[in-house]
Amino acid sequence: MEFGLLQVWQDGWIRAILLGATITVAVGAVSMLAGAVIGVICGLVKWARIFPLTLVVDAYTSLVRGVPELLIIYLLFFSSVEFVTKVATAFGYAGLAESGYAFVIAVVAIGTISGAYSTEVVRGALASIPAGHLEAARALGLPARRIFLRIIAPQMLRIAIPGMNNVWQTTIKDTALVSVVGLQELMRAAFVGAGSTRHPFIFFLIAAVVYLVITLVSQTGFDAVERLLKLRARK
Amino acid sequence: MDLELIQHAVPVLLKGLWMTALLTGLSVLLGFNLGLGLALIRLSESRFVAGFAKYYSLAFRGTPLLVQLFLFYYGLGQLPFVRNNAAIWWVISDGTRCAVMAIALNTAAYTSEILRGGLMSIPAGLREAAKAGGMSPFLRFRRIEFPLAIRQALPAYGNELVLVVKGTSLASTITVLEITGYTKRLMSQTYAIFEVFAIAGALYLVINLILIGLVRMTERHLMRHEGR
Repeated sequence: MEFGLLQVWQDGWIRAILLGATITVAVGAVSMLAGAVIGVICGLVKWARIFPLTLVVDAYTSLVRGVPELLIIYLLFFSSVEFVTKVATAFGYAGLAESGYAFVIAVVAIGTISGAYSTEVVRGALASIPAGHLEAARALGLPARRIFLRIIAPQMLRIAIPGMNNVWQTTIKDTALVSVVGLQELMRAAFVGAGSTRHPFIFFLIAAVVYLVITLVSQTGFDAVERLLKLRARK
Repeated sequence: MDLELIQHAVPVLLKGLWMTALLTGLSVLLGFNLGLGLALIRLSESRFVAGFAKYYSLAFRGTPLLVQLFLFYYGLGQLPFVRNNAAIWWVISDGTRCAVMAIALNTAAYTSEILRGGLMSIPAGLREAAKAGGMSPFLRFRRIEFPLAIRQALPAYGNELVLVVKGTSLASTITVLEITGYTKRLMSQTYAIFEVFAIAGALYLVINLILIGLVRMTERHLMRHEGR
């Protein structure tokens, strides 16, 4: 029985897959970062109930969390492809549309999705800060900025870490979906390899294993951060 | 947004709605039972048996659904024993059946974690009391353990149901024409990206709202002893 394992080694597919994995991690990390920024801003808006903005944020989170990720990717990709190609050609960068563009649209799409979930995590974390802490800070006459930096942010960070871990796990898995719009990440590399060698089983199995390694490694990373931020009893 | 486009798009997407509902229903039915089995296996005394459920859930929760779908649809057909086995081949060879299988196996992993949490939250005293009352293990599970576990697990399971609905959109990548499949087709035919997205998105939101409503109703039914 031959499943093409030899071909994977000989034809340099391993390199393509590893390159794809790097792009997957890059898309995941940048999207997660963008999502975290969106999450903190929208989470604060939702928590503080700043009137007209909460409605916008509510609409954003319930829409993105209720509609399939793939549909959101199609929307962003198809609606922007014409526009971006036009702009790029106008500035004489027709080739740019193919290379950098897929990455940007992937980050925008995945970041939008991850931002909606982060918002809920941040809101939940903010809600679990005891009201007494805020009242005490206000009673001491601390300015709003100091209250945020010294009281709200540290507690929010600690409580939000496990939730952010979950968001990261789904975000890294969601990056597989941008392969359908042509970004050369891990899933796309496996798909191309499977198509040209006619050995789909081994290629998708390798892709699955690489994803598993990424999620397991990041899980241990998050566990370590969580332990680091845990409150230690004073000696 | 012109009327002609809506008249063209809505019936097409409603056809897709039927397929999405079918995929969701079958995957949830299979996935729930598999997940319940896995949760029980995971809590078994034998470390070897429990380990199987643990690593199953690790593998299916650690990889994207898209990879699992492609592995089953494109990959499995390459293996000789799959091609020679009529039953497996029947499942694999068709996009819809393959999607149901992949989504069911995927949701089973998540469901097993949710139900395991529910089963572990049962106070030991209740279990002992049932044992002392002379209930057989099956009766004990049916009357005591399962009802208590499901009550605990239902809110989390509601979220999982929404994830299954969203997961069915991936079936469009293996030629199944459900809402997302038709949406993509309409987008490239009509170039009315936003309008088609709005209709498709509304359909998904309606499905999810109905499911969440059903879960809430069940929850209230199960918690009726608490009064209000």
